[in-house]
Amino acid sequence: MSGKPKLHYFNGRGRMEPIRWLLAAAGVEFEECFVETKDDLTKLKKDGSLLFQQLPMVEIDGMKMVQTRAILSYIAGRYNLYGKDLKERALIDMYVEALMDLNELLMSYPFQPADKKEQHFANVVDKTTNRYFPVFEKVLKDHGQDFLVGNQFSRADVQLIEVLLMAEECKPDILANFPLLQKFKARISNIPAINKFLQPGSQRKPPQDEKDVPKVLKIFY
Amino acid sequence: MTGKPKLYYFNGRGKMESVCWLLAAAGVEFEEEFLETREQYEKLLQGGFLMFQQVPVVEIDGMKMVQTRAILSYIAAKYNLCGKDLKVRALVDMYIGGTDDLMGLILLFPFLSAEDKEKQLAVTVQKATSRYFPAYKKVLKDHGQNFPVGNNFSWADVHLLEAILMVEEKKSDVLSGFPQSQAFKTRISSIPTIKKFLEPGSQRKCVPDDKYMETVRRVLHMYHNVKAN
Repeated sequence: MSGKPKLHYFNGRGRMEPIRWLLAAAGVEFEECFVETKDDLTKLKKDGSLLFQQLPMVEIDGMKMVQTRAILSYIAGRYNLYGKDLKERALIDMYVEALMDLNELLMSYPFQPADKKEQHFANVVDKTTNRYFPVFEKVLKDHGQDFLVGNQFSRADVQLIEVLLMAEECKPDILANFPLLQKFKARISNIPAINKFLQPGSQRKPPQDEKDVPKVLKIFY
Repeated sequence: MTGKPKLYYFNGRGKMESVCWLLAAAGVEFEEEFLETREQYEKLLQGGFLMFQQVPVVEIDGMKMVQTRAILSYIAAKYNLCGKDLKVRALVDMYIGGTDDLMGLILLFPFLSAEDKEKQLAVTVQKATSRYFPAYKKVLKDHGQNFPVGNNFSWADVHLLEAILMVEEKKSDVLSGFPQSQAFKTRISSIPTIKKFLEPGSQRKCVPDDKYMETVRRVLHMYHNVKAN
């Protein structure tokens, strides 16, 4: 046993990607076990590894953790990326939950049926630029600090940069009206652990290729 | 200012109900302001109450907290209901994730067409009995303890009880294959703060009805049809 966390998921972003980001940001090396077929998933279900028969699942510190939020909270707590007290944690949680909502919108785009794609895209752009980005732009403007919460690097910063980059993949000029978010993106990208994760050859996964979507759906449905 | 938490939401369950449960379980008195009109909602928006333009919002300890899970996590931590160390907390969070998903299926009900309601009911019962209750059955059986997680009362217990009761409202015999869960339900229901919350006249809300659904649609201008996922 290597002692490294072991991630069980398909070879793509999906709901595991924020976990990869957070481990990478914490400087924690991890292994991955890719689920490629329905049989792979059935095997995991049968051996009792999946509490609710779902992925993601991460083997970490002797536990077989499921539920994305639970996994992220554990990693953040373990590696001091969760603020220094209850109130900072509350603020981080508010930001992070909103970012997860936005991540869900962005992440699910390739999986939309063809007749829903245009509407979904419009919804993504609308929510991103009218609901979510203005909040984070204002947070950074109001306190003028480098990080979102408590003048200290936290999981909120990691989740924000992940979402900023995903949004740009969706619409390259989406940050046009958000100068502070642009600066934030540049600044956080330069943190060594993040910079490393952004290099080719890292465990970061590419955007979901639409032609692979049927294959992914076959694993789960 | 009374110092009591203040909850802003519709007069109904929705996403705020878990917050009511948790505060009640912790023995914390709270106030409520019910949204009935669009104007009230816009006033909250303009007053900077709604960080992401959404309810629930809870005023607590000088904060205007949004995002249901953030609110629940804060209350659980403040009142020592989230597990005593990181690993127990991890377990609590995992179980909460499950009950959250289960209750999420029922949350949609008031907004579904009659046909979709029937389908959703079948999905809910199927998931409850083949995915969620079995997961709890195992941990209640393995540990033989009073509380599934860490042997201390936590918000996982409150959340599970809430979920069980919600599913039972849809299908009254849903616990018939799960004697440990039935025993759990009886045990947790008799905890004094929970017992009080389950009595008539408490701040617990009723099963959503058409009036609730119309209020939500009116306040949020949510006139589109909701599809179950």
